[in-house]
Amino acid sequence: MSALATPPQERPPRLRTDPSGSWRAWPLRDRVLLGLCWAAGLALIAIAALIVLYMLVKGVQYLRPELLWDRPEASIDQSRSGGFLDPILGTVLIVVGALVIAAPLGVATAVWLTEYGKPKWLARMVESGIEVIAGTPSIVLALFGLAFFAQGGLGFLSATGEGGAVFGRSLLICCAVLSLEALPLIVGATREGLLSTPRHVREASYALGKTRAATIHRVLLPVARPNIATGCALGMGRVAGDTAVVLLLGGGTLQLTTNGSIPGLNYLQGTGSTLTTYVYANSPSGEGGAPEKAYAAAFLLLALVLVLNWAVDRIARGSNERLGWTR
Amino acid sequence: MDPLMPPPPIRRIVVDAPHVVVPAPEPETNGAVRMRPRVTTDVVERMRVEELTITYGPKVAVNGVNLPVHQGEVLALIGPSGCGKTTLLRSLNRLVELTPGAARGGKIVLDGDDVDAIEVTSLRRRISMVFQQPNPFPMSIFDNVAYALREQGSKRVKRAELMAPVRNALERAGLWDEVGDDLDRPALRMSGGQQQRLCIARALAADPEVLLLDEPCSALDPRSTATIEELILQLRESLAVVIVTHNLQQAYRIADRVAFMYLGELVEYGLAEDVFERPQHTRTAEYVGGAFG
Repeated sequence: MSALATPPQERPPRLRTDPSGSWRAWPLRDRVLLGLCWAAGLALIAIAALIVLYMLVKGVQYLRPELLWDRPEASIDQSRSGGFLDPILGTVLIVVGALVIAAPLGVATAVWLTEYGKPKWLARMVESGIEVIAGTPSIVLALFGLAFFAQGGLGFLSATGEGGAVFGRSLLICCAVLSLEALPLIVGATREGLLSTPRHVREASYALGKTRAATIHRVLLPVARPNIATGCALGMGRVAGDTAVVLLLGGGTLQLTTNGSIPGLNYLQGTGSTLTTYVYANSPSGEGGAPEKAYAAAFLLLALVLVLNWAVDRIARGSNERLGWTR
Repeated sequence: MDPLMPPPPIRRIVVDAPHVVVPAPEPETNGAVRMRPRVTTDVVERMRVEELTITYGPKVAVNGVNLPVHQGEVLALIGPSGCGKTTLLRSLNRLVELTPGAARGGKIVLDGDDVDAIEVTSLRRRISMVFQQPNPFPMSIFDNVAYALREQGSKRVKRAELMAPVRNALERAGLWDEVGDDLDRPALRMSGGQQQRLCIARALAADPEVLLLDEPCSALDPRSTATIEELILQLRESLAVVIVTHNLQQAYRIADRVAFMYLGELVEYGLAEDVFERPQHTRTAEYVGGAFG
């Protein structure tokens, strides 16, 4: 149909490489780079496998079933220092608590940034705020948390001593500070999900006479659900693996203690330990209490994080199959 | 507008149209065949665009367009890429307002009311739209259609109450026979053609008066395209249909009236036969003859 004249035929350009695509015919430089790429990938696999295998061998060697349900006791004698029930429960408490705080905040922040984001200067400030939190080392966060929550007015959140002295330490405070570590991950993942939703999907909802709020609630959040789940799982991994915050703010007791009178909440207001602080306290570089138990606990922690990573992978893969819009 | 006021009642205008088959003359410019009998009675004007100008920053996308939209007819907007036809379409349901930097001049009237005076959510329920890419929401087939019927964001209305209108919409979109037995299937698992018909069903669910279609077949195979074209021809009896298309043959097959746009201006508007076979302007003649595009 086109009335344009057909352009004159050009001679095909001379190819530097074999069009059949075999790497053997590539120039030396390309072959070296290809080799480096392969080496980098393989090295990464080797390192990951080494870590998992080492911890598996060391951990399984010392892991006894009763360690999972025995409470730890402070004892120099290895046979009487108990298991790590309390650190396991502490880890679970902290992960759940931090997520309960971080997930709504993170999702709300991401929705505001992508769907509203006005005024622009405020959105930019929110973004840099998130970046600052994401970049702050956890020990600094812990130190800040200690100073912040030791104020008398916030005493109801933390373990208190005789006469109402505020220590600024409790599992609840750990949750609050650790939620800051999970927050940037949840915001990032949720934003990614919202941004990757094609514009015409939002417009389809507006074109049905829906408000922005209804569109967010009924279309965009369900679309971003796999991304939110990914962010939460990443955040959980991060929280479960943090040592510094729990070390400074967890109160440093091996066993879970209660504080206050409301059942359930009193554990959060009390002090305790997690698998990470347990490993630290028992590792050869810590107080050197029980390296065998440190290895067993470390293996348990690694397994927990690996399961979380696997879950992230599954969620991400499922979402790719589910949403098939053309852009 | 008082937020407590009930939305204005939908005006249904029944056009009593005897269908007289006027055989279209064999086209000379292309091989397409006009598919349907022409409605020969007077049709009802539902919308009118007056001196519409839309700018994106310094760029003028639509420039001083005047155009009526009739119920009982399919109006096709044709023209080369970037001529402003999609912008014109999106301005009819005020969707163009969502584009940052877009500004509108002139007037758009729906049944005598300025669209700016109608609350935007109720306006968009009366003038619904189907997009270029099939974009069902990631929910079940039933929920996709029910979404259009429910109150803002609410899930309160029972499924049983919504079943009748949902079924009606799916039937009008010609999808009921294919999906009626499994309404809980995720909508995004359907084929592209089915997805697009679901989008049409969704657009029809709230019983709109005007249906806007933005190149609804450009992502579909010929068979799905034919199904949707037949559907459009059935729908035009009860509502005004405006379709943007790049496909001249499609415009020739289904349109009653054609508006040819070029560089934001309306060059020619008239009955499809006239525009395709007796174009008044050189540009129109060149375009429908396939000289540029």
